This record gives sequence, C-alpha cells and structure tokens, in this order.
Amino acid sequence: MKNTAQRDLFPGALEMMVLRTLKRQPLHGYALVQHIKRSSNDLLQIEEGSLYPALQRLLKEELVEAKWGISATNRRVRIYKLTAAGAKRLEREVSSFERMLQGITQVLAPEKA
Amino acid sequence: MSWLKQLFSRRGQYDALSEEIQAHLDEKVEELVAGGMSRADANHAARREFGNPALTEEDGREVWRWASVEDFFADIRHGWRALLHNPVFTVVGLLTIAIGIGANAAVFTVVNSVLLKPLNYPHSEQLVSLHQLAPGAAGLADFENGLLLSASMYFTYAEHNRAFQAMGVWDSGVANVTGLAEPEQVRGVGVSDGLLQALAVPPEVGRWFTAEDQDPHGPERVILSDGYWRRHFGADRSVIGRNLMIDAHSREIVGVMPPGFRVGNEDFDVIAPLAFDRSKLILAGFGLHGIARLKPGVTIAQANADLTRMLPIWMESWSNGPGSDPHWYDRWQITPLLRPLKQEVVGNVSEVLWVVMGTLGLVLLIAGANVTNLLLVRVEARQQELAVRAALGAGWGRIVRGLLVESTMLGLLGGAIGAVLAWAGVRFLVAIGPANLPRLQEISLDSRTLVFTLILSVISGLLFGLIPALKYAGPKMSLELRSAGRNASVSKERHRARNLLVVGQVAMALVLLVSAGLMIRTFHALRTVEPGFTDAAHLQLMRINIPETLITQPEMVTRTQNAILDKLAAIPGVKSAAFVSAMPMEGFESGWDGIYAEDKNYADSESVPMRFFKYGSPGFLQTAGTRMVAGRDISWDDIFAQRPVVMISENLAREMWGEPSAAIGKRVRKYDSQPWHEVIGVVQDVREKGVQEPAPEAVYWPPYAANIFGPSPVSAIRTMTFEIRSDRAGTQALLNEVRLAVWSVNSNLPIASVRTMQDVYEKSLARTSFTLVMLGIAGAMALALGIVGIYGVISYTVAQRQREIGIRLALGAQRGDVLQMILRQGAQMALVGVMIGVACAFALTRLMTNLLFGVTAHDPITYAAVAALLFVVALLACYIPARRAMRVDPIVALRYE
Repeated sequence: MKNTAQRDLFPGALEMMVLRTLKRQPLHGYALVQHIKRSSNDLLQIEEGSLYPALQRLLKEELVEAKWGISATNRRVRIYKLTAAGAKRLEREVSSFERMLQGITQVLAPEKA
Repeated sequence: MSWLKQLFSRRGQYDALSEEIQAHLDEKVEELVAGGMSRADANHAARREFGNPALTEEDGREVWRWASVEDFFADIRHGWRALLHNPVFTVVGLLTIAIGIGANAAVFTVVNSVLLKPLNYPHSEQLVSLHQLAPGAAGLADFENGLLLSASMYFTYAEHNRAFQAMGVWDSGVANVTGLAEPEQVRGVGVSDGLLQALAVPPEVGRWFTAEDQDPHGPERVILSDGYWRRHFGADRSVIGRNLMIDAHSREIVGVMPPGFRVGNEDFDVIAPLAFDRSKLILAGFGLHGIARLKPGVTIAQANADLTRMLPIWMESWSNGPGSDPHWYDRWQITPLLRPLKQEVVGNVSEVLWVVMGTLGLVLLIAGANVTNLLLVRVEARQQELAVRAALGAGWGRIVRGLLVESTMLGLLGGAIGAVLAWAGVRFLVAIGPANLPRLQEISLDSRTLVFTLILSVISGLLFGLIPALKYAGPKMSLELRSAGRNASVSKERHRARNLLVVGQVAMALVLLVSAGLMIRTFHALRTVEPGFTDAAHLQLMRINIPETLITQPEMVTRTQNAILDKLAAIPGVKSAAFVSAMPMEGFESGWDGIYAEDKNYADSESVPMRFFKYGSPGFLQTAGTRMVAGRDISWDDIFAQRPVVMISENLAREMWGEPSAAIGKRVRKYDSQPWHEVIGVVQDVREKGVQEPAPEAVYWPPYAANIFGPSPVSAIRTMTFEIRSDRAGTQALLNEVRLAVWSVNSNLPIASVRTMQDVYEKSLARTSFTLVMLGIAGAMALALGIVGIYGVISYTVAQRQREIGIRLALGAQRGDVLQMILRQGAQMALVGVMIGVACAFALTRLMTNLLFGVTAHDPITYAAVAALLFVVALLACYIPARRAMRVDPIVALRYE
C-alpha cells in the first residue's frame, strides 16, 4: 500500500524515469506523468498518485528542484528541474540498470533459443 | 539543505504537495471534460487513475519525516493522554510500581554502599586483612575473628615477608584525655609502624607516624581524627606541635586524618603508636588486627604461602620464657587465610542484605503482577479501539509499541517516585542505623543507584506491558472487531494470563511469608534462650578505666573500685552494684586460656582447651541475675587476703567432673608455677558471645591476684564494667547521681559505655531483628498485594460472567451454587499457587539457613501455618465478589445488552 509503483516496477525505476524525463526539460507533475505514460506507449501501469511521493524523495535528496510556475492551462503548478547532482545520479543509475538488464537478458536468452 | 532546515521547511512542503495534487486532479478532470466526458464521470475517472490522494499525500509527507523518532514521540503523547484520561488506574498503578521500585532502590543503595563500593582507601583492592585460623586453639580463635596476631608475629611478618608493600597491626581501646575540659574518655586506636603506610590515606594536616615514633622510650606522639580536631580545636591547623594529655601522658600532636578515615571499620578519636618494646616481647598475646597491602601482582594464595613460610621463623625467633617449647604452637595448626579487607569490614551483614534484596525483588514482581492485571483489564476495555485502528491500517507492531510505550511511561514515572521514596527510606535507615551495619556513614544515593533505578523502571515497565501487548495486539486482532460489543461471556482462554498471574502472586507471597515466618520463629527461639542474666532493662552498665598513671599500685586499684561500689550502692533506689571485666555480649573480652585440674593427669606440655576468663567483684553474678548452681560466691575477704579461689561455669564443671556439685573443692591452675586455686562455686552458663552462640566454658577469677608475668607480683584488672541493679536504670537522674558518686572517689575518672543491659542484649539481636523487620515488611506487602490481585481478578470475572450467571439463575441454578462456583475458582488458583509456593520456598529458604536459630529452613509448622493463612485469606478475598455474583438479578443481567 505504501508505494504502488514498487509493486509493478522495481524499486527506483520510477525515480529513474522521472530523472530521465526531467533531463530533457523541466516539467510539472501532471505533464511529467503524461509524458512518461506516452513515451512508454502505455505499457507501464503507473498510478498517477505514486509520482508525488517519488518526487518528494528526489526533492529531499536534492536531485531535482522545484519552482512555482504557470502551466499551459494557466494553473499555479510546481515545475521540477534536474539538478547537477540529479544528472550525475541518473547517469549512474542508467548504467547500472543497463548492466542489470544485460545480465537478465543473457540469463533468459538460451531458454528462448 | 541541512536536515534541520528541512525540519522547519516541512510544513511548506506539505502545503505545496496538497496544492500540487489538487492542481493535478483539476487538470486531469478538465482534460477529460474537454474530451467529452461529463464532469461527474471525469471526477471519478481522474480519482481512479490517480489512486488515493490522501494516502499519496501521506506517503509524500512521510519522505520528509524522521519517522521512527516522531512516531515514538507521538506514542508518548498518546500514552500521556491515556494515563491522564484514567486517573484512578494511573494513580493505583503508579503507587504500586513506586513502592515496589522504591523498596528495591533503597535496598540496592545499601547493598551498593556497603557491599559493592570499594573501601575508602587508595587502591583498596590491594588491601588484605591478615586473617588466620587456628583449629587447635578452640575458643581463642573463633571462626569469625580467627586468630589475631601477637606483637612478635607482627615483627616477624613485617621483616620477613615478600608479598607486601606495607603491613601493620592495630588494636582499639579507650583512653582518658584530661586537661581540656571535663575528663573525657575517647576512642583510641593503637597502630604499629606500617599500618598508616599500608592504608595509604594521606593526613589532612601534619604527617603520619614514622618508625621513630614507635620507639617505646622516645617522645610520645598522637594523631587526631577529623571529628575530634573540629570538636576540640575548632579545626585549627596550628594544633600540630601542641600537646594532649592522654592517660596522664603528654603526647605531641603530629597530624590530623581526613574526614571519613577509619581503621578497618573502627571509628576513633585519636591514634597513638603501639610502640612495642622488642626486648620484652614473647610469642603469645594474640590481640592485634593485621592489615597489609599486597605488592602488585601478588595473589592472596601467594601471600598465604608467604605467611605459612614465616610461621616457623616466628616460633624460632621468639619464646614464651625460658624452658618453654617454642613449637608448642604447632598444635594450634595456625593457618593463614588472608581475606580482602572489605570482606573483613563488611562481615556477615552481606548475607542479610542479599536475602532482603531478594525478597524485595519478589515484592516488585508481585506488585508488577497487579499492574499487569490492571493493564490487561484496560487493554481489554480498549479492544474495540485497537481493532478499529488495526482495520484502518495500523500495523500490529505499531500498536504493540504504543502499548509498551504507555506501560514504560508508567514504569518510569513510578520509578521517579520510587527514587524519591528510596531517598527518604535510606535517610531513615541511616538515621536508625540498624544491625550494626558496617560503613553506615558511607550509605548514600549515587549515580550507580540512579542508573539501577532507571534500568529497573524501564525493565518493569516493558515487562508489565509485554503480556497485555502480546496478548491483545497480536495478528489475530481483526477478529475482535466482529465480536466486540457482544462478548456474551468471555472464553476461558482469555482469562488464562490473569489466572496465571494470580497463581504466581500467591506462590511468591507464600515464599515471602514463609521467610518472614521462619524469622519470627527464630526471633522467638532467641528470646526464649536463657542468656544467663535477668531483667536486663533494670541493669545499668558503665565502664571505668583506672590508668596506671593515676593509681600505680594494683591493690589500690581494686580498693578504689571497691570504694566506688560502696558509693554506688548508697544511691537511693540501687538494689546492688558490682563490677566485672566484661558483661555478656558487650563485645569486650578479658581473655582465653587453658586450665589444669589437680586430680587429672596431663601428658607433658599437653595442650588443653581454651576457657573464657572473667574477673569480677563479689556479687557480680547476683546483680546480673546469674544463678549459682553450687557452692558460694567469692567474697571481699577472699580477694584482699589473696586466697586462691575460683568459680567455674556449669558446663565446665560437667565437662571436667560430671556434676556441678562434684566440682566444689577441686583445685585448678593456669600454669605450673601458679598456686592451685580451689573451686568454691559453680555458676549458670552464660551466653557470652550472643544468644545464638553456645555459652563458653568459663572460669571466674578474683579481680586482684598474684601474677608472675606482670611487672609487679600482683595485678589488678584496671578496666571494669560496673553493673547497677535499679528500677531507675537508664534515667538521666540516676546517671547524674552515679557520676557524682564516682567522682567523689576520684574526680579524674571518666565514665564510658553508659547503657543498660537491655541495650546490649538488643544490639546482639540486631541482625536478627533487622532481618525480621525487613522480611516482615516484605511479607506484609506481598500479602496485601496478593489479596488485591486475587480480589481484582475474581471481581472482574464476576463482572464479565454476569450474563452467564444470569442465564444460570434463570435456568434454575441455586444462588448457593453460584457462590460455590466462584469460590471454587478462587480456591483452585489459591491452591495451585500455594503448592508452587511451597515447592519454591523449600528450595529458596535454604539460602537463609545461616540467619536461622532454633528452627530449620523446612520447619513444617511455619509452612503449614503460612499455607493455611494464605489459603484462607485468598478465599476471603474471593468471598466478596462471589456474594456479588450470587445477588445477580437474572432479569437485569439478561436485559442488559
């Protein structure tokens, strides 16, 4: 119950995707969710609410920073932006994720062959 | 951003989060509406997609929290509120815990100060008492004090040892100080060279004694205690170099010892050098206490071996006079058995203290059982609340923690009150100074006691809360939600914990009551022992010492003592007066030696058993109320004519001649060159060393007699206890008249150790009565708490079973049956508790065997009486709720829900 994302994704996956998305451009929460959903072609079932605790964790670790701004629909929203530390963390996470993925693929491959 | 800044910016973060989530939902809804959905449907869909916003918000907030600590404080706030909410429960629980913890903290303070804290000397762990056993010298060397050292032994040990950094000997006595104000008798300690060096406490002012001060022909010196220095010299540092008249000798003050300094457990006013004259020393004269400081790394076993090695050197270096056999002492089998000095100082009180500590620990457990019961009842009442919390997502770990925090708070608060109680209790204890408690002045609350109390409080709190918490906050708790509110009658299983607690309480109370009962039997047995004197309350005692410097001639000493008696006897209301070298149980001893009978054959230099020697005036037995068994008393004519007469105790007469009357007319002597002394009287046995100790075989000599060893051909005993039989004993008026009477004979004679025989007698019983009082208090507390426990549980059961009882009555059960049913439940618990208690008491009371007298640790009468008492009291405690059960109105009980 505590973190729905953890049930569907592995721990840290959501944060990694958020960081990756924010690397391209600063976004506010709603836009961020839409973007992640869209770019995964709706393959990932993300409960929209689960994004916010993840954002709070990133804020606390100072991997992103937030500033109040105005959304496209003219609402007062918080716009999140990647920090330098966030960029560095993303790099590390991605490379370790790729190594892991490679490992998993290798284990799975002979079975399929 | 530091965590501190985060802590304070949190509220802003929370608000931002809520606003943001709201914006998110709004945007979503708007998008859906724009896509053609109705607003209501869009709202619904947006929420479905988003998930639970409240939970999301909480999860988001969680990120910022210092979670475990903050939950903990929340629990404390909750606990505090719960305690305030239920003041009766809180006050009862707090008081129970406070008394339990307070009693334990108080006794621990005593145990800590007396038994655990090191003695007040630098590196006191290196200090040993030169204790030695001499199984071949029965009487002279009892188990507790062992064989003391002779001066020649001291010189041998001091000069030949390899194990000690320093060693010395000491003895204590009284001295008369004149020339300050009134003549005053002060407590003095005599020390050899090396003693102060071994104790290693630097003087407050001036210096220690040096080897030069120990010269018997050199100038005489003295060191003062801090107390004496303040009382008589106003703590004036310029006293060094001034002179003090002690026993008519002028002694130069060379130092003052700091406050709290004692020699062993001996408090003193002045210390003087023993100043032995080496040329006059013989082997014998065993009256000195030895203290040594071990060299680093030397063990007690090595030091014992070192002393064993030196014993032959001692026997060969000295003699008991020409022609005597120096190896005579081989028969004594002198065995060095060094003990840590602390053990010597603490003595036999440690056993009492541990027993008391153990019993009060049990009292705390019994108290804890009651508190646990209270908590169980409360948790049961809160079942529904807890079930709802669990259903709303509180983990059961969280609920258990909440309950434990609450009970721990109860424990800590109780402990804080307990610490105050302990502080007051210890002050009270020190004020009454019971059982000749050693190191009494050192008893105080310190950090160790406070830590002990804190730990005890926390452990108690956790322990008491654990059973309710585990029992009712377990994973199965969700079941309760369904049944809560309609608990018709409570399953047996739910009562098991409470019943077990009551059984445990009864068992523990039985153990304590049996211990207290055994002490009562011991005390009673001691009181019925015939001590060898009667009507102690009307026997006034005091000690008078006539120093050689005041009256030189021995005969004049005895004549002066005689004159004092005449004056005392003339005081109105005085029935008789007499003097003796020491009264029973007084703690003074006038010596042990062997005697030889004329009509018995002894092998050459055969060792004979040691006898207790006393010297008394005519009538000293009659005045004390000691019976003559046969023959007659010594008279003044016998004494001044120096007739060789003697009296012996009944047990000695029986041992030597079988019959008291057969002893009359027989002749005995101490050593070859002494004239034979005729036995003219046989005297009732006297418990000289205390009621617990068997009466020693005693020989009563005239106070003034020929003596070949002394400096003059005759000698007199110079320090005597005067006994005055009067109904006015102990009154100030009598004492004033007594003083005037003594000073009318010689105005330089100080009077010391003024007390009644009753004081002496009670002091000898102090250890037993202290133990009795402590165990009595513990037993009474246990009984009271046990009754409350069993009453509480039965009452609660009755309240819970009201409906069931109503149904029973409605179906035709007789009221008597209901009464019986409830009583049977109580009786069962009490019986099981009693049986377990008897088994435990059987095992545990063995630990107090040494405190008992005239009763075994398994005394059937005590066990039976206590078991019966406890059982009956338990039934009575059940009777009140059982009667309430009987009066249940079936209509009311059934309609109730």
